[in-house]
Amino acid sequence: MPTILDFERPIRELEDKVSQLQSFSREHGVDVSHGVKVLEERIAEAKQKIFANLTPWQRVQLARHPDRPYPRDYVERLCTDFLELHGDRRFAEDRAIFGGFARMDGRAVMVIGTQKGRDLKENVRCNFGSAHPEGYRKALRLMRLAEKARVPIVSLIDTPGAYPGIGAEKRHIAEAIAVNLREMFRMHVPILVAVTGEGGSGGALGIGVGNRVLILENAYYSVITPEGCAAILWRDAAKAPQAAAALKLTSRDLADLEVVDEIVPEPLGGAHLDWDQAAELLGEALKRHLAELTRIPVDRLAPTRYARFRRMGILREG
Amino acid sequence: MPLFKKNRYSTLRGAARRGIPAGLWLKCKGCDGVIYRSRLEENLQLCPECGYHYPLTAQQRIELLTDKGSFTEMDGDLDSVDVLDFAGTGIYSEKLKASKKKTGMTEAVICGTAVLDEQRLALGVMDFRFLGASMGSVVGEKITRLTEFASENRLPLVIVTASGGARMYEGMLSLMQMAKTSGALAVHAELGLPYIVVMTHPTTAGVTASFASLGDVIVAEPGALIGFAGPRVIKQTTQSELPPGFQTAEFLMEHGFIDRVVPRPELRRELSLLLAYFSGALHCENAAAAV
Repeated sequence: MPTILDFERPIRELEDKVSQLQSFSREHGVDVSHGVKVLEERIAEAKQKIFANLTPWQRVQLARHPDRPYPRDYVERLCTDFLELHGDRRFAEDRAIFGGFARMDGRAVMVIGTQKGRDLKENVRCNFGSAHPEGYRKALRLMRLAEKARVPIVSLIDTPGAYPGIGAEKRHIAEAIAVNLREMFRMHVPILVAVTGEGGSGGALGIGVGNRVLILENAYYSVITPEGCAAILWRDAAKAPQAAAALKLTSRDLADLEVVDEIVPEPLGGAHLDWDQAAELLGEALKRHLAELTRIPVDRLAPTRYARFRRMGILREG
Repeated sequence: MPLFKKNRYSTLRGAARRGIPAGLWLKCKGCDGVIYRSRLEENLQLCPECGYHYPLTAQQRIELLTDKGSFTEMDGDLDSVDVLDFAGTGIYSEKLKASKKKTGMTEAVICGTAVLDEQRLALGVMDFRFLGASMGSVVGEKITRLTEFASENRLPLVIVTASGGARMYEGMLSLMQMAKTSGALAVHAELGLPYIVVMTHPTTAGVTASFASLGDVIVAEPGALIGFAGPRVIKQTTQSELPPGFQTAEFLMEHGFIDRVVPRPELRRELSLLLAYFSGALHCENAAAAV
């Protein structure tokens, strides 16, 4: 049973009418093509209207849509010969972050991604997409392998954030993220990042230091979850919609702030409606940027990556 | 209503009362004892009874850790801007104004060069009183410039941290400071220059998950809260009781994260010694002794 968000409902109702009409037509042999055509026009119209004017909070809901394709779904559609590599060689295998060698558009890459589950059993395994320190340490291990193999790194991000738990703290999740930030600046291979769903703060940034950072149209990337922000500001997590607006976390806001380099379009109505098309759109952007990045001289990759982040921040001087 | 009402406590009135300034005494957060405030000030803001560490201002910290008059501030003229026009409770620019007034500082970190026992260093000190020493564009930029200055001038870098994390009011620009500061440190590390972190209460979230955790040597003051997620968030998420002493400096040392827990009276001497070990100043003495 697919999940239908409140603002998707008018569209779904029209779509239901179309299918009712069509089944009526089949049962009674009546021509309903005109009616269907009218309804379909209304659906297209409603989609345009609704999706052109989504509030930041509605975008957050789309980014978290349970039917949304996750990084592994994109890898399945965009890569061949995926060879998953497990473990951080220190403590555990963290299923919230996966990665391995793969071929994208014929090109060898190291793909890294966060992973959410589709059901409770999967979510228990991958901790709802929230990584422990081991996930970040595994990611760094794989990035170092990418350096050794001299292949670009493609990082696909969809995580609510790093896991705030006792074990995570005991094993220094802050250190794991910090070290990744520093080490990603030293890599002599291209790093291409795409936020495909939720960009949950430090948990996203921990595998997000790229030469290019792309974001899907309905994805968000934020310093804190809207709920967390609302709890701090208003002591009320129910004020999350206001917080989502205040934080400027949508793809459009982030492009305006030059925090992201490009917005990757999604199928009208959201990536969850058509995984294949969503993957095609993302694939086109990834391949284009990879082609550009692989033309940059190796010794310029780290300096230009630093330069990209060095200019972040807006302030007044003097 | 009782016929003869008697006050349960005797009270001072009039002239006698006016002679006592407010806040002369305070109840210690560590031992519940009563401390004479001036004794706290004479004692590096430590409780004379239990040694509880009260916060130092950035200025006091600089005085504690550097040779008198040796500190020269850098980038004191960077000012934060309400770029997002943040629509929360209250106005960000008003909060900034209030913090400036309260602290006499322009932002939550003071950076500059200083000398400690004839050793030159680049020093950054955060002050929790300024918006919880949260990191926005200015804090990130100042730490980055300080680190770059240390790299260019081949100086050891010392940062005294305290922070609630990335500053919400500047949204993603704040998060990006985590990357920016870490990138500057990557260069500093590649030059083989030492970076020492002094973690003070509290050092959390985005600052812990970036420059604060990247020290070659990390020391912390006793009892300092150090962590990624706040204890309340962890409790809520995991629905479980937190272990005793969780996220304190001592707990982190036990779990292998920090090098030393250093009481404030020892801090200056230990920092000086560490810098000397890194600078090679002590090698000659050993060589001389060996001969």
